[in-house]
Amino acid sequence: MSRADVIQLLYIVAFSMFIIGLHMLRGPRTAVRGNLVAAAGMGIAVFATLIDEHTGDYGLIALGVVIGTAIGVPSARSVKMTAMPQMVALFNGVGGGAVALISVVEFREAGGDMELEQLIPTLFAAIIGSISFWGSNIAFGKLQELISGRPMKLPGGPIINAALALVAVGLAVVIVAGSESQLLFWLILLSAGLLGILAVLPIGGADMPVVISTLNAFTGLSAAAAGLALDNVALIVAGMLVGASGSILTKQMADAMNRSIGNVFFSGFGGGGTLPAATDGEQKQAKATTAADVAIQLSYARLVVVVPGYGMAVAQAQRAVADLAAELEKRDVEVLYAIHPVAGRMPGHMNVLLAEADVPYDRLKEMDDINPEFARTDVALVIGANDVTNPAARNESSSPIYGMPILDVDKAQSVIVLKRSMSSGFAGIDNPLFYDDKTSMLFGDAKASVGEVLAEVQEL
Amino acid sequence: MDLLTELAILVLAAFVGFEVISKVPNTLHTPLMSGTNAIHGIVLLGGLLVIGEATGWLDDLLLVIAIAFGTINVVGGFLVTDRMLGMFKAKPDPQKLAEKAEAEEEKAAA
Repeated sequence: MSRADVIQLLYIVAFSMFIIGLHMLRGPRTAVRGNLVAAAGMGIAVFATLIDEHTGDYGLIALGVVIGTAIGVPSARSVKMTAMPQMVALFNGVGGGAVALISVVEFREAGGDMELEQLIPTLFAAIIGSISFWGSNIAFGKLQELISGRPMKLPGGPIINAALALVAVGLAVVIVAGSESQLLFWLILLSAGLLGILAVLPIGGADMPVVISTLNAFTGLSAAAAGLALDNVALIVAGMLVGASGSILTKQMADAMNRSIGNVFFSGFGGGGTLPAATDGEQKQAKATTAADVAIQLSYARLVVVVPGYGMAVAQAQRAVADLAAELEKRDVEVLYAIHPVAGRMPGHMNVLLAEADVPYDRLKEMDDINPEFARTDVALVIGANDVTNPAARNESSSPIYGMPILDVDKAQSVIVLKRSMSSGFAGIDNPLFYDDKTSMLFGDAKASVGEVLAEVQEL
Repeated sequence: MDLLTELAILVLAAFVGFEVISKVPNTLHTPLMSGTNAIHGIVLLGGLLVIGEATGWLDDLLLVIAIAFGTINVVGGFLVTDRMLGMFKAKPDPQKLAEKAEAEEEKAAA
């Protein structure tokens, strides 16, 4: 058996381990080991590549790996769980950037002497990789609040984006037709990069779960294309696995908002949406309450359902919430958590935060499981969530979020909403829940408010 | 390997990906995403292979950056996923709870 055969065999072992690892990610019990299996598979794949005779200049390789490790390990170790969405965006971006850079070098080295079956995947990898790199960096900037997270409308946005996509593809066709110009290749990267920036820039924070999983799928696809160009089976399989899983996740997120993926990317949600007019012109009044009242209501309830949203993440209130729940459970109050699929800024964001605060995962209920429970819920405690509780999505056909599946918070006996102020959510849509007779509002920073309520409960 | 074989592998991998992922519960969506994120760091392999053929300082530079990017993606991705998954527990950790209760008692005593 030649060395090349050994390498191929190791690649097969490696991608099998990726598949097994992903399979084990289906359950919280096996997930930790699943991740380790996938990581070990990656180790095998890297080892196999290092013994390949094409692999070269170990000095430069060591340099790159050392720099990457020096940046990657400390940031992965120290990142706060609340900052996880931007970390994922950043790791995703560098993956796309690596694909784009590798494609450039391949093209430069070949000096126009590339066969079509190499050239086409290389161009594809370059375009998608560049979109992913720049798009992810903008997503990072928005999540880190370096750039405004509000949805914004750029004049002529979709037309400019379509034009950029056309330029990138058009230049790629020119190269396929025989041009050897490196300038053209750089222009392709440039226009794809601009497309990535302009496509993500207008998207509001609430749509970030869709954006992040789309970009994840993009990097996966670009890796698979790079695999086709390099005749590398490990890259093809691993890249495509990620491309497929990212696409599924994207679709699930978009479905959870009752919107198409195109709608997320091409309509500045909330920016120009029509607000439902105040009914009969009468002034709606929200009812404010105090921490002491909330404490009494919670203590004498049988079932409390906590509905967390991005506001809980911003206020870093997850531990305070878990402490309050523990205190209530001591008093025989059942506490459950209702998790909307798109609550927060990435898929599963709330679950991670609550897990960090030692909330057992079996208390976290998905939308379809918890909605029937609201009828027997004494108090629904909404912490920093807004649009995912908006009953207008169910019964206001003029509302921009009409048709979006929501948590049926308004079916609970009473509702307490913790909120900084009366401002509307990221989607910029008024929430009739706040004016409901059974709703009372506790204004202030979520963490401080929950702390006050906890202190009051302990006094009782 | 010829292109058609590679395309066959590509399509099969897509179906495996759809199949494996569609049953992951919402609870694990973030670790799933960051885990798959780490897996696409496999592009690192591309950097390792191409740098052998690269000539000239510019190509070397671009590839060292690419390898560093790929390494960040792989190492950071798996580490962060591991950290996250370590937090998912079915029941609160009794030892941690005991420590916390102790700390609270001390606080109350003081």
